Amino acid sequence: MVPSLIIYGLINSVALALIALGFSLTYGISRVANFSHGALYVVTGFAAWLLLNRVQLNYYLAVFLAVVLISVIGASIYRLALIRVRGMPLLEIIVTFALGTAALEALRFFGFFGSNYSLPPLFRGGVTLLGVPVDTQRLAVVVIGGTLVFILWLVTHHTRVGLAFRAMAQDEQAAMMLGIDSDLMATWSLALGAALVGLSAIVLLPLSFIATESGANILVSAIAVCILGGLESTAGVIVASLLIGYAQILTVAYLGPHYQMIVALLAILVTLIVKPSGLFGKQKELEERV
Amino acid sequence: MPLLTVSEVSKSFGGIKALDGISFSVAENDVLGIIGLNGSGKTTAVNIISGFAKPGSGQVRFKDRDITGLPPHRIAGLGIARTFQTVRPFHNLPAFKNLIVPLYSPRIRKFTEGGRWGDRDAVALDLLEEVGFERDSYVPYKPASTLPHGYLRRLELARCLALKPDLLMTDELFSGLSASEVGSMVPLIEKLQTRGMTLIMVEHRLRELFRLANKIVVMDRGRKIAEGSPSEIVENSTVKETYLGAEL
Amino acid sequence: MARRLERIDRPIKVLTDDIYALSSIWNMLYVAVPRIFPALLVLLMPLLSPGAYGERVVIITAIYALLALSWDFISLSTGLVSLGQALFFGVGAYIAGLLNLHLGLSPILTLALATVLGASFCTALLAPCLPLRGIYFAMTTLVYPLLIARVIEATAIVGGTDGLVGIDSFPNAWVETYLVLIFLLGCGFGLRRFMTTDLGLVLRSISDNDQAARASGVNVTSHKLIALWIGAALGAFAGAYFTHLYMFVGLSAFSLDLSILPIACAVVGGMGTLAGPVVGAFILVPLAEMLRDLGTLRIVSYSLLLVALVLFKPEGLLSYLKRRYEQVERWVEV
Repeated sequence: MVPSLIIYGLINSVALALIALGFSLTYGISRVANFSHGALYVVTGFAAWLLLNRVQLNYYLAVFLAVVLISVIGASIYRLALIRVRGMPLLEIIVTFALGTAALEALRFFGFFGSNYSLPPLFRGGVTLLGVPVDTQRLAVVVIGGTLVFILWLVTHHTRVGLAFRAMAQDEQAAMMLGIDSDLMATWSLALGAALVGLSAIVLLPLSFIATESGANILVSAIAVCILGGLESTAGVIVASLLIGYAQILTVAYLGPHYQMIVALLAILVTLIVKPSGLFGKQKELEERV
Repeated sequence: MPLLTVSEVSKSFGGIKALDGISFSVAENDVLGIIGLNGSGKTTAVNIISGFAKPGSGQVRFKDRDITGLPPHRIAGLGIARTFQTVRPFHNLPAFKNLIVPLYSPRIRKFTEGGRWGDRDAVALDLLEEVGFERDSYVPYKPASTLPHGYLRRLELARCLALKPDLLMTDELFSGLSASEVGSMVPLIEKLQTRGMTLIMVEHRLRELFRLANKIVVMDRGRKIAEGSPSEIVENSTVKETYLGAEL
Repeated sequence: MARRLERIDRPIKVLTDDIYALSSIWNMLYVAVPRIFPALLVLLMPLLSPGAYGERVVIITAIYALLALSWDFISLSTGLVSLGQALFFGVGAYIAGLLNLHLGLSPILTLALATVLGASFCTALLAPCLPLRGIYFAMTTLVYPLLIARVIEATAIVGGTDGLVGIDSFPNAWVETYLVLIFLLGCGFGLRRFMTTDLGLVLRSISDNDQAARASGVNVTSHKLIALWIGAALGAFAGAYFTHLYMFVGLSAFSLDLSILPIACAVVGGMGTLAGPVVGAFILVPLAEMLRDLGTLRIVSYSLLLVALVLFKPEGLLSYLKRRYEQVERWVEV
């Protein structure tokens, strides 16, 4: 029991981190809370499915095109819509949330729901770790998730683009004065965030079905991890995913599967009430300010 | 007995000590000026007295009552009013309706109640006229967001006066005002003083401040480095070194 | 030559702003018609609409109008944006259902109790979140209805996924139709009046700048609680009404639909006007009902409409009409 809890807890944690990375990146750079995050996840899944089964493309090409497509969609959400309500966080939320809902419900209308659709796993077969059978795809999740977090850290801390991103996250107006195009950066942040969530969909969806119903859960999980860890903090994403990931596996094991989302929802509420800036957040604005 | 006593108050933000064991007191009808370079902790002191920041240690006593750490609205209710360094009007309300808020606060409500609504409007217009709004013009009726900066400073002052405070703290009241606007503001402060009000003024305009204040506290990096009458401060050698040298 | 659009108040508007409103019949009509005409229209609507289905649509419209009114009131008076009107709705709906089933109280009584208890319960839930600003508060309101629905699902309390069935309906069709309409009109006009009183002004000032309100000696938290309670009461009433209308309450009482449509109504009608969301509801909800055959495309269409309006016409219908009614526009050369 214990080794299986440890292993599946880790897998669940990395899956959560994968889901949350895109949300955190977008928010960290452009301060846009992308509430269409869950919809982007589901759309990637169906796009890949269509490319594979209807267009009959080769797996790698289909997956690549799906991720490119979703990042183009992310960029156009900013270019076509968000740019008009920039700087009004609540309208940004309403717009992205409504767009996400529209996309999900449209997919449902065209019959994409239930357990009829799934993506093929990249790796088949399985291994036994500490006496627990684990399929290779789940191990791939851990490896890909770890690699992505590392690459992201490298890019934001050791490249010029990453520096520009961080400059913008700290002070948009000052960054603009130094010649950083804030709209361009925000477009990139949306595109990158969407590409990340697309990647996570490609990696995670083979483990279950592509279902419109999961859109809301994905959004809630991403928000839960980001809020608990502190929005925009990469270290926070990792720690919070581990906390929520293991808490979920434990409650599911001892209380039942219904409790998985309750853990995430409670994490959001409790964090916001007790320490709104999260474990690693640097949001001074939330404290008393004069 | 002093009206307000600040004793050994410290406050730090992260690793930086904004206030480091500062003490001073204000007697009734005094005008205390607080001066110091930027970042020396003047505004933090005002914030702590008015309840907008909680002190790390130390005590604030007002009218022989411990008010340390009380929430801002309670402190305002006890009779300490403050202005903000950056003006904070209620942008969406007309200028005179801005004053309804302090007039509706529990401290003042009992004096302005009894009639129908609209009674407070008359009080508000009187107050605005006192701080220099032209009563018969359209200015008091314009939304605060459309008023020029000079009027917003006056509005901020009127918002404080509406509380009928015993102690008024102004945080850089003269900043951003033209010379003539400052010139018309000074007699107003003098009038308040003759009426028996006690003032604490945080200020960068030394010429006007030294005319108004009868006691000056000089701050540097969270500490009090000198205290005394304006003439003593001008002569003080430590103050000259760190602050005044160039200016006087 | 450069031109700009100049807007000037109509003479009759200026006259009627003051007591001169009473000096001529035209002035009185100018003030009264925009208020009385829509109210009469709302009251006559059940009589004009065809058959039982038409009446049902009017009632549902009024229920959504209450939710939209509650949303607008909360955002106007506290500056907080709620993404979870479903919380108020669902709590009201379940309380009414439980009181009726287990204590056997009559619908009118449960309606009153559900309004008061539901509002108090929701206010207590949201009270710890009040210091939060902007998107953080919005997130907590989004989370609460989801959380409650999941908890009911997981623990199977209050009927679990099956919901509560066999709840009493209203005594007769007249009560069923007119109770909600009269409540809606009462709340609409009452709240508009309330916002012009001194207490209403104080609430607006808090949403404008809470620090200055604190410095003015106003207890910001308790005022926000009052505003939240009033808003929650409207939502809880709407939920309780829905329960008795359909004689059923289930997890759908916490659905996202109930959170988005009211916001869309408020945006269509004009945010911050209180009357606007009601007008918006009477346009959008019947439209949404007509689209019911389209299944989920209905949600797609009003979500997209919401986005389009937020992006391109954030002013709202009522603000536009008010401007045309009160002002003349002309191009002047500069």
